[in-house]
Amino acid sequence: MAVSVDEAVSTGPARDHSPPARRLGGRGRSGLEVALLIVLAVVMLFPVLWMIETSIKENRDVYAIPAKFFDFRVTLEHYRDVFVAPDGGRSALSVSFLNSAVVAGVSTVLATVLGVPAAWAYSRFAVKAKKDQLFFILSTRFMPPVVVVIPIFLMYRQVGLIDSKLGLILIYAAFNVPFTIWMMKGFVDEVPAEYEDAAMLDGYTRLQAFWKFTLPLLVPGIAATAVFALIFSWNEFVFAIFLTSSDDVRTAPPAIAGLIGGTTTDWGLVAAASVVFALPVLVFAYLVRKHLIAGVTLGAVRR
Amino acid sequence: MGTVAARGLSKSFGKVQALDGVTLDVPDGSFFVVLGPSGAGKTTTLRAIAGLEKLDAGSVHLDGRDATGDTPAARDLAMVFQSYALYPRHTVYENIASPLRARRCSSSEITTAVEQMSSLLHIERLLQRRPAQLSGGEMQRVALARALVRRPRAFLMDEPLTNLDLKLRVEMRTELTRIHRSLGATFVYVTNDQVEALSMADQVAVLKEGKVQQVGTPTEVYERPANQWVAGFVGSPPISLLACRAEGDRLVGAEGWTLPRPHWTTAEDGRALLLGLRAEDLSVEQRGNASLSGELYGLEPLGDRTLVDVRVGTKIVKVKARPTVTGTPGERLQVTVDLDRAHLFDADTGLSLSEAGR
Repeated sequence: MAVSVDEAVSTGPARDHSPPARRLGGRGRSGLEVALLIVLAVVMLFPVLWMIETSIKENRDVYAIPAKFFDFRVTLEHYRDVFVAPDGGRSALSVSFLNSAVVAGVSTVLATVLGVPAAWAYSRFAVKAKKDQLFFILSTRFMPPVVVVIPIFLMYRQVGLIDSKLGLILIYAAFNVPFTIWMMKGFVDEVPAEYEDAAMLDGYTRLQAFWKFTLPLLVPGIAATAVFALIFSWNEFVFAIFLTSSDDVRTAPPAIAGLIGGTTTDWGLVAAASVVFALPVLVFAYLVRKHLIAGVTLGAVRR
Repeated sequence: MGTVAARGLSKSFGKVQALDGVTLDVPDGSFFVVLGPSGAGKTTTLRAIAGLEKLDAGSVHLDGRDATGDTPAARDLAMVFQSYALYPRHTVYENIASPLRARRCSSSEITTAVEQMSSLLHIERLLQRRPAQLSGGEMQRVALARALVRRPRAFLMDEPLTNLDLKLRVEMRTELTRIHRSLGATFVYVTNDQVEALSMADQVAVLKEGKVQQVGTPTEVYERPANQWVAGFVGSPPISLLACRAEGDRLVGAEGWTLPRPHWTTAEDGRALLLGLRAEDLSVEQRGNASLSGELYGLEPLGDRTLVDVRVGTKIVKVKARPTVTGTPGERLQVTVDLDRAHLFDADTGLSLSEAGR
């Protein structure tokens, strides 16, 4: 804040009627603020800009020294290479994108279908040792996934889930269910239980009351939660690289990572694949941005 | 038919005993008010009757049949919630139609019933709105319509007038009484407003800390409070309570005053008592043989009357007087007591000692 402590806390009676201190984000930022924000924006956005630029440069310009910022030849052949194999068929990358979509989509649906009713139950009913249960559920998110990847690998090898989309779907759902329960419990808490009470007195069963009267009010929360779960599954790298090996199962993150290395790296292809990979999440988040903001503020903050 | 009976309802939330053996008998067609301060267990009692609260002990009987294990839907009751609980996504029409839809009535039946109810409650022009577009009074009417659209066994109302402003509250009191009379149905009505209880009820049950203190007609509860707490809770301004003991044919106050011993009391000499005096049974104007001397502490003009606060010893006694009364604080005056209408309570148990002689 641009206000010192001495200014903000008025000490003398003469200051009692001075106008309130200007707030951050208000009209008329100081020059220093603007300069700092620009520096921050450049630092944050440069890698993204560079990625987009590389994805549309001709290979000659990609490897040019000194690097070309502006006067390069534009081409879309890297994007073509992402989807089409040199022999004219589907490329391995396009298959991995499809795998990513299937794995992320199905695991998100699974987590939502399991997590939302669980959140409702934890919010509405007197469950034995509710706090302990909720803490246990949350505690599964305390450790980084990489801690359990070896045990999971060994277990999956035993039951034959190694290198299968189902295996990835299950593990992602397992990570997203606790998240969904915690997010959705906040949303369910916000919906007065009296709607369901009233519906039950109207003559509905408890499940009908939930389905007809509470669930429609939870849609913004479900949308926000599902987007977060989707982004987690879509971006996930560690499990994907440990638990999958073949091209027809592998998801996009390890597939893109696999492009780097060897004798030469086709940076244009890497950049184009990365843009294609980033785009769906951006578009999706943009579409549900209203729900996302409502979700983050509504679900998390208790009134 | 529509009798509701609660037998020994007990319920605790964690360490808080919300209900402690609540027993009520609501006769068919009566306007039964459950009165108590907040936290007395009124709402919990109502929710237990509705089947929304699982009981630790006790049973609920509807029309003489044990309904303790029944679902809320099977109990065939209607309820008006304090928050109204109107479905926010549904129009007023759909809100009112909801109980009929749940019970699979035909759409022509629903249309007729909703139109009839909305004209009874003067909300015809609101039918296509959503709850967010309604004022508090309108929401209240819609909530009432949703309950009344069906003919259930009994209507349960949880402080339905609490969220309305004073003028509307007075209006709706009259209207509810009218509706009750025209339907002839059983109403169980929860409130913390004694004026509502006294003006609307056939029967009042006074609840405190999950226990029933007294059940009776409004007159009984006001005129013959079963204990010191009921006397203090019912009545405005609150009853003045003065510590005293009986000695021969006199009552001797802890503050030094004496009054003739009321003929109706059977309290033995020396027992610690509380003398309960209602403001309207005291006077600063007449002279009588039973009077307390004190000094004027303050005047509270209320328009139609003035409350005179008189300090007797260390206690403040409230006296209802004509609006023309005047005085300066500190001035000495005599408070005449109508002993036939006074109350005596055992100071230890709080129980009334007035019943026997009257």
